[in-house]
Amino acid sequence: MSENRNTRIPPTVTEPPEGISGQGFFATSFEKAVGLARKNSLWPLPFATSCCGIEFMATMGANYDLARFGSERLSFSPRQSDLLMVMGTVAKKMGPVLREIYIQMAEPKWVIAVGACAASGGIFDTYSVLQGIDRIIPVDVYVPGCPPRPEQIIDGIIKIQELAGNESLRRRNSQGYEDLMKKYNME
Amino acid sequence: MFQINQERNQLVVTKLIEHFGYAIVRNEVISDMLCISVDKEVISDVLLFLRDENELKFNFLTTLCGMHYPDIQELGVVYHLHSFENNHRIRIKTTTDLDNPTIPTATSVWPTANWMERETYDFYGIIFEGHPNLVRILNMDEMTDFPMRKDFPLEDQTREDKDDSMFGR
Repeated sequence: MSENRNTRIPPTVTEPPEGISGQGFFATSFEKAVGLARKNSLWPLPFATSCCGIEFMATMGANYDLARFGSERLSFSPRQSDLLMVMGTVAKKMGPVLREIYIQMAEPKWVIAVGACAASGGIFDTYSVLQGIDRIIPVDVYVPGCPPRPEQIIDGIIKIQELAGNESLRRRNSQGYEDLMKKYNME
Repeated sequence: MFQINQERNQLVVTKLIEHFGYAIVRNEVISDMLCISVDKEVISDVLLFLRDENELKFNFLTTLCGMHYPDIQELGVVYHLHSFENNHRIRIKTTTDLDNPTIPTATSVWPTANWMERETYDFYGIIFEGHPNLVRILNMDEMTDFPMRKDFPLEDQTREDKDDSMFGR
């Protein structure tokens, strides 16, 4: 124990992107620097409606600790978050609420659908349940499971980080993105 | 499980038949509880009578919900009444046509019937005449079906990821 206490654990650092480095300087493209910053400081907005939300609580807790991946700060305001995490069954009556929250989020924004219900309606193949949130908002990453384990949710977040880190700065202004939004009747 | 109170059951039936005669269609004990079928024309009066009659005093409407009998093309409502004073519970049933499903409201007798009748309207499409605000309460406002009717499909018809041969649709 005493040995460990005295050993300095180096802080976790992220891998630098491609670039030119020399004595006292590092140069890379603006896009890559922005991507690096975005991917390591995602502010998630948890939209937890059922049991997947409980798994998410474990993911945020000390054992799994999502903060290790830069998502320390949960945002409960859609205006100040980058990542919408939909965890659990979304009833059709809840659909417009979820859509409104997505619209309120500032660009750039990502969406992760955690669990079978958010992804496809799951076992609730019935009149009152939305058969997958991708019917009302675009989804970037799906995490399967009923409910998925915290490791799976972390894996999904890392997939989102890859998307955020490699995203072009112009993507949100592209024709493809506009078409996607049109498909969901937004803008 | 409820204790069957023969004496009180008999009293209720006697008093109802005395006051309403042929409007009391049937009475029987089902699952430990007296169950009385009433013509829908007099349902409001019957409920009011059961509440206010000195010896009966069914002061509490435990619950109210819809029924659908597709074979005989009928919808119905069942009222569960409870008399705190006499520790006695009964059920009242009434039915209506599927084509014109109207039943007089019970909100004037027990205000608690307000939300129960809205729920029954929401799921069975029974129109409670005289209800102050008969709109959907649980389902989406845009919904046009009444999902608890037996002819309503169990599974969501918009789902595409299920193989019909495996799931028997």
